[in-house]
Amino acid sequence: MLSVDIEAKLGTFHLSATFESSAGVTALFGRSGAGKTSVVHMIAGLSRPMRGRIAVDDMVLYDSDRKIDLSPRQRRIGHVFQEARLFPHLTVRRNLTFSHWAGGRTASMPFDEVVELLGIGKLLDRRPAKLSGGERQRVAIGRALLSGPRILLMDEPLASLDQARKSEILPYLDRLRREAAIPIVYVSHSLEEVARLAETLVIISDGKVEAVGPVGEVMTRLDLGPATGRQQAGAVLDGRISSYDEEWDLTHIDVEGQMIEVPAVRAEIGEEVRLHLRARDIALALEVPGGLSIRNALPVTVLEITHERGPYAEVVCALGAQRLRARITRASLVALGLKPGQPVFALVKSVAVDRPLASLDVERDNDGFMSR
Amino acid sequence: MQPLSPAEIEAVVLTFKVGGLALLVALPLAIFAAYALARWRFPGHAFFDAMIHMPLVLPPVVTGYVLLILFGRHGPIGGFLYDYLGITLAFRWTGAALAAGVMAFPLMVRPIRLAIEAVDPKLEQAAETLGAGRIVTFFIVTLPLALPGIIAAALMGFAKAMGEFGATITFVSNIPGETRTLSLALYTFTQSPDGDVAALRLAITAAIIAFGAVFASEFVSRRLARRLGGG
Repeated sequence: MLSVDIEAKLGTFHLSATFESSAGVTALFGRSGAGKTSVVHMIAGLSRPMRGRIAVDDMVLYDSDRKIDLSPRQRRIGHVFQEARLFPHLTVRRNLTFSHWAGGRTASMPFDEVVELLGIGKLLDRRPAKLSGGERQRVAIGRALLSGPRILLMDEPLASLDQARKSEILPYLDRLRREAAIPIVYVSHSLEEVARLAETLVIISDGKVEAVGPVGEVMTRLDLGPATGRQQAGAVLDGRISSYDEEWDLTHIDVEGQMIEVPAVRAEIGEEVRLHLRARDIALALEVPGGLSIRNALPVTVLEITHERGPYAEVVCALGAQRLRARITRASLVALGLKPGQPVFALVKSVAVDRPLASLDVERDNDGFMSR
Repeated sequence: MQPLSPAEIEAVVLTFKVGGLALLVALPLAIFAAYALARWRFPGHAFFDAMIHMPLVLPPVVTGYVLLILFGRHGPIGGFLYDYLGITLAFRWTGAALAAGVMAFPLMVRPIRLAIEAVDPKLEQAAETLGAGRIVTFFIVTLPLALPGIIAAALMGFAKAMGEFGATITFVSNIPGETRTLSLALYTFTQSPDGDVAALRLAITAAIIAFGAVFASEFVSRRLARRLGGG
C-alpha cells in the first residue's frame, strides 16, 4: 500500500497531497498543470517535498520529521515516463534488462512473461529509433516492470501518442492491471483512460486533492464537475456479461440485477466488464416510455441533485449499490418534479464497454474501446 | 621523389608517440572536465571554464614558458617529480607530450562538453530509477551517447599534438630523436640550405596523416550515428 502525505512549494504554486492507495490502479486525475506529475516525481524521489511522509507498505521512502529521504535508486519504484525514455544506443532487449545488468536488480516477473504480456517479442533485437511511439511505450512499461518494483508509477504514458496508438496500448494496460500483482499509480488527464483502468480515483486540482475514493463513487460526485470536465463526466458501472443475442447482434450485461443491452461485445458469458456512461448520454423518465428507440431503461433512485447556473442540472442516481449520473436541463428537472429518494427510470443512450481481457487478440488491430 | 630518410621517419614515429601519449592522458581528463562543466553547478564554474581555455588564447610560447617554469627540474612540480619519482619532463619526449596535451586540452573539452550537453538528462534520470548509480550511468548511458563528439575531440587533440610548435620548442627544445616532432623537423629542414625536398616530403606526409585521421574519425562517427538512428 502506498501512502502519501506531502506539501511542497513549486515557485508560487502550493502543492499539498494526501491519499492512500491499496492494490490495483490508483489514478491521479486532473488538468495539465494541476500538480500530478510533481506528486509522482516526489514519490519516485526525483524531487523533494517541503515536508511530509511517503511510504510503500512498511518501507518509508521519505519522512521530513525523521529525516529519511531515500534516493531514486533505493526506492525500487518502476517509473514509466510520458516520453518513453528508452536508451537509444541499446537494443530493446538490453533496455528491458537494463535494471538487471546496470542496476543489479532482480526482476520479480519472468522476462518471457513480461514480453508476452506486452506483445513485444518481435521487437527484442531492434533499437528504439526503429519502433513506433506505441511500441516504445510498451517497451518502457516492460523495462519498469522488470526492475522488480514495489509499485509502478505511470506518468501519462499515453499523453504523447495519437488516438490510434492509445487504442493500441490500452488493452495492454488493462491486461497489466489484471495480471501483474503490483499496485499502479496512473497519472492522467483523460477521463476515458481513468474510467477504464482505475479502481481508486484521486482528483487533483490546483495542487490540492479534491477527492479520493473508488472510481464509481468519485466520478458521480456532483461537486467535482469542474475537475472532471463537463463533456466526459459520467459514471462507471461494473457488470457481468449475461447473454448474447445472435439475431440482433446484441450483448446483455447484468448490472446489479438489471440488464443493459449493448452492441455485441466479443466476450465470454460470465466475464466482468466495466461500462462507462457519460452524464450527457443519460435521460430520466418517470415511467418507461413507449415509442422510443432507446432500449435501456433502468429503474434507479434519485440520490442528489445540483442546480447549476445555466441551463443544466445534474442528477446522481443509485442503481443498487452503484451510481450513475445524468445531465438534464433545469427546465426538465422542474417539469418532472424530481426530488431525492424518488424512483425514476434512467434512459441510456450510449454505453462504452471496456473490452474484456479474454478476447484480447494481440495480432489484430484492436480499438479496444467500444463507444457507440 | 625518394622515400623518407631515417631522420624523417624518426620524426614521424616520434610525432605518433607524442600525440598518442598526449591523447591517452589528456582525453580522459578532458572528458571529466567537460562533464563537470556540462552537468555540475559549483562555485568557480566560470573561473574553471576560463582556466581550461587559457592555452587556447595565450601565445603558445607563453604556455611553453609556464610549463618550463612549473615542470623544469627546479620548478615546483618538476622538482617534486624528479626528487620523489625520478621523472624528468623538460627536454624529453614525455615533455613534448605534456606540451601537446596541454595545448590540445581546451580544443577537446569544447566538443565533448557540447556532446554531453546534448545527451538528455532525462535518460540519466531514467537510469537512476532503474537502479543504476551515477558512475555506472555515466559509463553506460552518457559516455556512449556522447561518443561521436568524443571521437571528434580526439581527432582535434591529435591534430593539435601533430602541429604543436611554439609551446613544444620553448619547453623541450628541438632535440633530434627526442623532441623533434614532425612540425619541428619540417621547420628545421626549411632552415637548412638543402632541406627543401625533405621539407616537402614531410609536408606531404603530414597531409596524408591528417587526411587519414579525418577520414577515420568521420567513418567511425557515421557508423555510431547510424546505430543511434536505428538499424
